[in-house]
Amino acid sequence: MSGTGVEIRDVARRFGPGAAALDGVSLSVRPGEFVALLGPSGSGKTTLLRILGGLDHADAGSVAIGGRDMAGVPARERGIGFVFQSYALFRHMDVFSNVAFGLRVRRRNRPPAAEIAERVRRLLSLVQIPEMERRYPDQLSGGQRQRVALARALAIEPSLLLLDEPFGALDAQVRKDLRLWLRGLQEEVGITTILVTHDQDEAMEVADRVAVMRAGRIAQFGTPDALLENPADAFVAGFLGEANRLLCTVRAGVAHFEGDALPPLPVQAPEGRALAFIRPHELLARAAPDGPFTLRALRPAGPGTRLVVTGPRGSFDAVAAPDAPLPRRGEPCALEAQAARIFPA
Amino acid sequence: MTPGPAARDPAPLRWGVAILAFLLLTVFLALPLAAVFTEALRRGWGTVLDAYADPDAMAAIRLTLLVAAISVPVNTIGGIAAAWCVAKYDFPGKRLLTALIELPFSVSPVISGMVFVLLFGAQGWFGPWLQSRDIQIVFALPGLVLATVFVTFPFVARTLIPLMQEQGRAEEEAAATLGAGGWQTFRLVTLPNIKWALLSGVLLCNARAMGEFGAVSVVSGHIRGETNTMPLHIEILYNEYQFAAAFAVAALLALLALVTLVAKTVLERLSGRREMVH
Repeated sequence: MSGTGVEIRDVARRFGPGAAALDGVSLSVRPGEFVALLGPSGSGKTTLLRILGGLDHADAGSVAIGGRDMAGVPARERGIGFVFQSYALFRHMDVFSNVAFGLRVRRRNRPPAAEIAERVRRLLSLVQIPEMERRYPDQLSGGQRQRVALARALAIEPSLLLLDEPFGALDAQVRKDLRLWLRGLQEEVGITTILVTHDQDEAMEVADRVAVMRAGRIAQFGTPDALLENPADAFVAGFLGEANRLLCTVRAGVAHFEGDALPPLPVQAPEGRALAFIRPHELLARAAPDGPFTLRALRPAGPGTRLVVTGPRGSFDAVAAPDAPLPRRGEPCALEAQAARIFPA
Repeated sequence: MTPGPAARDPAPLRWGVAILAFLLLTVFLALPLAAVFTEALRRGWGTVLDAYADPDAMAAIRLTLLVAAISVPVNTIGGIAAAWCVAKYDFPGKRLLTALIELPFSVSPVISGMVFVLLFGAQGWFGPWLQSRDIQIVFALPGLVLATVFVTFPFVARTLIPLMQEQGRAEEEAAATLGAGGWQTFRLVTLPNIKWALLSGVLLCNARAMGEFGAVSVVSGHIRGETNTMPLHIEILYNEYQFAAAFAVAALLALLALVTLVAKTVLERLSGRREMVH
């Protein structure tokens, strides 16, 4: 198996009247790359994935996979592996038959039964459930179903793998294990993979590049580092990583925070009113008898204890300043921002 | 599963409800059915067999089976198609189609029959056209089949729609991404998922197709030995005070219905057991 590139150009899709599900999306995925489509629900990420898989069509724009225009090519002729949100395993077939399905329905060059069996077993050991082949889907745990769905999609040796919220139905620990395993598997198989998720941790951890989607458009497409360091707009900054939001006014390269809650901070931003995003580790709290904030909660997390403080403008996540003693719960304190991302408000 | 103490009703209440239900079932269902069989057998097996040997009775039995043999497959295919459309696709007019599927249940069977007379009868809209080509629909087999198909259409569709809606489209979509064509998807994915419900709907449809009286009565014309189905034949015998013969044929019809019900129950058991074993 090897990966192919995906070229999405100005794709639009509208369901009935109202806002478009996709509003001119362009995206270029390199062969063998792992890309995550990240966005809140209703941002159009699943619609885009379904159009790639041939399960929906674009009203405008074009999709090319491996250099071939996909217009008018039905899903069954695309040879794309699709893993559905709810897995969509065939409930009346056992695991073996589920994985073998894509090979058995072939009209041209269907492999002989022995070869199908061998390939199914190889895939089941690849997804680490070789002992499950006679089980039915309702006898499997969520994580096992996920692995069967993946093996079934890989059985047709697709050049592109599409995953729709593949970990959505799993509990937190299984999610974490499975996504690391998936990333390893993807590298081993070398298949171009596009994953849809609303979970930013998942996207940032697993993908080479992340496309942040909002209201049917791609807000920003880049590596996880680039997105965190240089968010393109306030939406991306707010969506990625936890951040405290604070209104401020920029005058002569200095941000003055609303209500003078924090000391002014030198920034590089255009003059005028703006919204500042300050990550918890950039916000230092220290005990101060006349400080405007009160410490509400402490969450020890090794070095850099996280603090929750409240003040007249709401509640903030901060860390304890390293050069001062840890404030106590209920004590007044002051905050100081060390860095911020500023976007015009 | 036994409910916890809080959910358990006091014993007298439970027994009271159970006895009431049992009494109602006995009075309204079991007794009449038992009456049919005892009445049929009162003058011995000889009378019963004589009643069946009567050429008009034989013709009625044959006709009933023939009408069912045509209507049930038609409604099976039509019902699957209708349920498929309603459950798996969104299209303008879907609500209207769903309502239309229910129509035969809500309209009196007599009206269902009259509609066909109005359309295809000698004075009907297409009557002259049909007559000039010597095609007989009303008062003949085609009319009986049409009326029966109309009246029994909802059974298969109604049984399938909730199940198919609940199952959604995801498995069919998965099959498509794996390279399966439309017919392969239907045969390998859709059909196995609905087979037990389908069988149950087909059996109910069959029971009703054999027992339908109202609509069939209007389009039949009551030609003895030709267009009388079993229910119509029973009515004629009864009106002619041939009670023994009437009950004999009625018993046979009831027996066919009972066999259908037993078959349905057995199938449901089997499907339930499979779910647990596999």
